[in-house]
Amino acid sequence: MKLLWLQASGCGGCTQSLLGAENRSGVFTQLASSGIDLLWHPGLSEACGGEALSLLESAAGGDLAFDILCVEGALLRGPNGSGRFHILSGSGTPMIHWVQRLAARARHVLAIGTCTAYGGVNAVGENPTEAGGLQFDGDEHGGLLGKDFRAAAGLPVINVAGCPTHPGWIVDTLFALVGGALTAESLDGWQRPRFYAEQLVHHGCPRNEYYEFKASAQKLSDLGCLMENMGCKGTQAHADCNTRPWNGAGSCVRGGFACISCTEPGFEDPGHPFMETPKVAGIPIGLPLDMPKAWFIALAALSKSATPKRVRENSRSDHPVIAPALRKTGPK
Amino acid sequence: MSAAPDSLLRVEPPPAGAKKLLGRPGEFPESRRLVIGPFNRVEGDLEVRLDIAGGRVVSARVASLLYRGFEQMLVGKHPLDALVIVPRICGICSVAQSAAAASALADAAGLAMPPNGRLAQNLILACENVADHLTHFYLFFMPDFAREAYRGRPWHAVAERRFKAAVGEAPAEMLPARADFLRIMGTLAGKWPHSLALQPGGTTRAATSTERVRLFAVLRDFRAFLEKTLFGDVLENVSALATPAGLDAWAGGHESDFARFLDIADDLKLGVIGRASDVFLSHGAYGGADEQLFARGVWDGNFVPYDARQVSEDVAHAWLAGDGSRHPLNGETVPFSGGFERFDRFDQKPEAYTWCKAPRYGGRVVETGALARQLVAGHPLLRALVAADGGNVRARAIARLLEIARVVPAMERWARALVPDEPFCQQWPLPGSGSGAGLVEAARGALGHWLRIEKGKIAAYQIVAPTTWNFSPRDAGGVPGALEQALVGLIVGDEERSPPVVQHVVRSFDPCMVCTVH
Repeated sequence: MKLLWLQASGCGGCTQSLLGAENRSGVFTQLASSGIDLLWHPGLSEACGGEALSLLESAAGGDLAFDILCVEGALLRGPNGSGRFHILSGSGTPMIHWVQRLAARARHVLAIGTCTAYGGVNAVGENPTEAGGLQFDGDEHGGLLGKDFRAAAGLPVINVAGCPTHPGWIVDTLFALVGGALTAESLDGWQRPRFYAEQLVHHGCPRNEYYEFKASAQKLSDLGCLMENMGCKGTQAHADCNTRPWNGAGSCVRGGFACISCTEPGFEDPGHPFMETPKVAGIPIGLPLDMPKAWFIALAALSKSATPKRVRENSRSDHPVIAPALRKTGPK
Repeated sequence: MSAAPDSLLRVEPPPAGAKKLLGRPGEFPESRRLVIGPFNRVEGDLEVRLDIAGGRVVSARVASLLYRGFEQMLVGKHPLDALVIVPRICGICSVAQSAAAASALADAAGLAMPPNGRLAQNLILACENVADHLTHFYLFFMPDFAREAYRGRPWHAVAERRFKAAVGEAPAEMLPARADFLRIMGTLAGKWPHSLALQPGGTTRAATSTERVRLFAVLRDFRAFLEKTLFGDVLENVSALATPAGLDAWAGGHESDFARFLDIADDLKLGVIGRASDVFLSHGAYGGADEQLFARGVWDGNFVPYDARQVSEDVAHAWLAGDGSRHPLNGETVPFSGGFERFDRFDQKPEAYTWCKAPRYGGRVVETGALARQLVAGHPLLRALVAADGGNVRARAIARLLEIARVVPAMERWARALVPDEPFCQQWPLPGSGSGAGLVEAARGALGHWLRIEKGKIAAYQIVAPTTWNFSPRDAGGVPGALEQALVGLIVGDEERSPPVVQHVVRSFDPCMVCTVH
């Protein structure tokens, strides 16, 4: 399958993330050996200037067939719908027009990262650049291509959301496409591949014991649960970040800071400071998904009162101060 | 500056009285204009416009064609929200952006980090910068030497085998080494890019003693890759190269990607092209304000101490409103957006050609990057190379690689100096009002954040990024920016649409366009 990559209004971080894909011979070899031919990528291919522009023109005009269009970055429609805030250099034409033409020719269209899927950080606040995603503006259908867009092979835009997106999410999505294993049923309500979007960041959280007892971090670098005070949305955010490690060993909560739910539409405007948990009467507004509020409050009160000293003390420190007790051998 | 007759790249110094070259298109009757874009293998969107007369570049304009409005977005936010938003300016300088914001907030609060926090921040920033140097060398810069245009040069077959974009054998060796190296991020910063681990008071992640051991293991593997593949020699021997003659002798006796580059650079005379203003700025890197690994300052043939008051920006050639030149602490960013309902009416400021402001230091055009960092820090080899030929393509590439050889051993020392169970993060109250500056070094040079806090919110936020300096447009006085100067004088063939020589000069700055205009 021939893959064409465009960078719209973004930071290039999803490409940087992709380059970190863990493979014995690197991501280029990994893609090539699975039958993906990288036709052009603005950051990585040889063709520059006129050579690249000719290639894009052929693809947009239908003379050069290709299969997959990956767009990385939000689509800037401003000012006043002109697209003038982002001209594809060398072409004198707004990037949004290139994306519209190329999307109409592609068999599959992938939105790489939350910016491309929903607008993301580009759309913060008053959104002066009229940034949006390919098929969504935040959690509303729309975007550059509109609700009814379907790529030639029949699927809507595939939203590989994340800020940045995980290299494994891109690679697995591409491999599923190559293998014919990605269908409309493979996508969730926000058109993200379900293989990672139907999990929660909470799953596999290394702070699970602190969460169980509501032993909460009080300040930055504390080991405790980050949900009550530090703004963590891991119990609400859809992604497999704690069962699929980042950079071999990490994740946001493993790094000691809150999950800011960067795979979700609208994460960029949470309505509160990112690193503080908004509360009403001392109770966090954002409770774990699928959990009745009254039960959460009752269980939280109970578990707080049952917190072992070890867990409480360690939750307020940046390193364990009390080790788990040793138990004599024998039946446990 | 004279070039050998057999060189593919013949170049002469810019004509005397460079001011004459500042004319508008059409001023040179026999000239042609070449617009190069999308100028790829840089981070972000770049367009280079050249006026060519008599086969030579007589004038260059460098345009950044993407405006996102980060400085506008930040106003009114909680000050710590900057730590979420600014890394997302750039996926390749993400930690540098983070570090600059954290440093500006710390400056506003009068806060110092505990030693572990400082060491961990150094490790995280160094990891990004060294990984970026590798990415630049193997993925952005070297593939140009594998081009068809160079077939016939004695080194072309090797360059094609090693460095061909996407399919060369070198990227297949480098990418796994880079991914393994980035485990440092997984361990200390959660992930890369876009971590929240760097805070004004240190880092959020206290490394355990076993993680400290694992950092050594990662660094040992990475050193092995560098010594085998990139250098063919131990890092300390490379960083100790002190004279041009010593470097030439070394290159002759080693088999490695660095030696291959030196061979190519020699043949193509890359040491005499791409000269800019020869004023070099470094914010200084790694360590506290008093004890940095690389010093802060300006190098113009002499060391000049850094003076923050000398920084100014103007918008004379940008699609931004405002006049005069301003210090970033009083700066503003107002996108020019008056009344152009239709695309073809975007002509209300005809002298503008980019979204990029024109930063100046004491009114002077400066260059920044690894070369500037090493010149200011006093590396004898680079000072000798620049004393002989000024800033140039070859010296910029050498500086990045020598810096890898200098920084990785420093990373080993920082990892050794971490003390598990001691604090990594100073706790602190956020001031309701105040102002601060954060001056750090990204891989590609000096990055500054200036912020003002009022009533507990960000009241103003200004960013001057490395490539804002290097790829600045003309200033209010009409003086071209660093790259615009560096391109003048290059020989360009009549038929060339994307001349390789232009690509070497542009990429020698390791530009990051998404940082340039944010």
